Amino acid sequence: MSEALEARDAVLATPPFALNAAEKGRLLGAALAELTAHHAAHCAPYAGILAAQDGGPPIGITQVPFLPVRLFKELDLRSIPADAVFKTLTSSGTTGQVPSRIYLDQATAQAQSRALAAITTDFIGKDRRPMLIIDHPGVVRDRTSFSARGAGILGMMTYGRAHTYALNDEDMGLNLPAITEFAEKHAGKPIFAFGFTFMVWKYFLSALERAGITLDFPGSVLIHSGGWKKLEDEAVSNEQFKAVAQARAGFDHVHNFYGMVEQVGSVFMECDHGRLHAPGFADVIIRDPLDWKPLGLGQEGIIQVVSAIPLSYPGHSLLTEDRGVLTGEDDCPCGRMGKTFRVLGRIPAAEMRGCSDTHTARAA
Amino acid sequence: MKSLAEVFAESLMIDAASVVDSLAYQSIKEWDSVAHMVLVTALEDNFDIMLDADDIVAMSSVAKVREILAKYDVAA
Repeated sequence: MSEALEARDAVLATPPFALNAAEKGRLLGAALAELTAHHAAHCAPYAGILAAQDGGPPIGITQVPFLPVRLFKELDLRSIPADAVFKTLTSSGTTGQVPSRIYLDQATAQAQSRALAAITTDFIGKDRRPMLIIDHPGVVRDRTSFSARGAGILGMMTYGRAHTYALNDEDMGLNLPAITEFAEKHAGKPIFAFGFTFMVWKYFLSALERAGITLDFPGSVLIHSGGWKKLEDEAVSNEQFKAVAQARAGFDHVHNFYGMVEQVGSVFMECDHGRLHAPGFADVIIRDPLDWKPLGLGQEGIIQVVSAIPLSYPGHSLLTEDRGVLTGEDDCPCGRMGKTFRVLGRIPAAEMRGCSDTHTARAA
Repeated sequence: MKSLAEVFAESLMIDAASVVDSLAYQSIKEWDSVAHMVLVTALEDNFDIMLDADDIVAMSSVAKVREILAKYDVAA
């Protein structure tokens, strides 16, 4: 644990959307090579997997060996001694599914918080705005056992103030007195709203529509995440989601983000131009499922994610179970450097999962 | 105005005597992420300041909180 990971430190300290492709290739490439060596030295099962792959040291971002994300369900993978484990994250596995187990030490947990702060404040600014949490207060009530949803909400509360829950505990109905009081108190000011995609659609936007209520929070930001699986079943597109969010609540900026419990802190946030952005300390590679070669712009394949954050477990390069497509690099009209991409959905055979899918709707 | 130790003790529901400079975030079960947000609100109310997101992430110990408050001309 004592060797210096200089490139990792350097890339984590760089503003998240400042590196162009050449700079990022050098710096992130070096950081990922350091991490590959670090995990091989500190995690015997990881060293075994590398030896079996017989790849030699990686010399570029796309050459870093990747582990299938479901390996974290099947194996206990960590690069720290048991007594250095500070927190264990588990994925939102529902009944019958084995959750991933991700072991964090303090250094990794802190790197996660800092990375998330750097990305989030790039989108909503450093000032903490009045925050509307599109969920019910019960989701964070049991402090000893948060769901993935509760943990996500708590993480985002850092970026807001005067936190107000929009939904009732009992039935997930709109808490209109709370929403009205919040709206009156912060009238005319841009607010920050956060929730999980399915909850925001089903219990907030759809409920406002049904009740014929329009809220007015001009210039506000809504950040949401958790996956589209359930909304695809209801045939709700991202465009439709955004249009309703703006019309019903005045959310002028709606940012979905893509991320996973196996790489907390590396979030890929959607900009105002509808593209998901890779920050400098992380990247996305789209691979051909037939030969695993990296694909170029516009070619659909399987999403691989790499991140300089994971130090306590060998999760710096993971093959996801999602399909995606690259939409550009260093050329987004929003001005942020790095690759942009779209997520197209799950690989058909993959088990169903998604943070916001953990709340199963009762029959309407 | 309450002292920094009093704000910590009330927010985390711990004994004021255990509020020492070296006390670190997440090192005791009482200072978890929920209590951290309670602490933020209490600090803002008590010292009449507005902390930004970077401050909250950087509040890793009592000493560090004192250092951040100094930025806002609060001698705590």
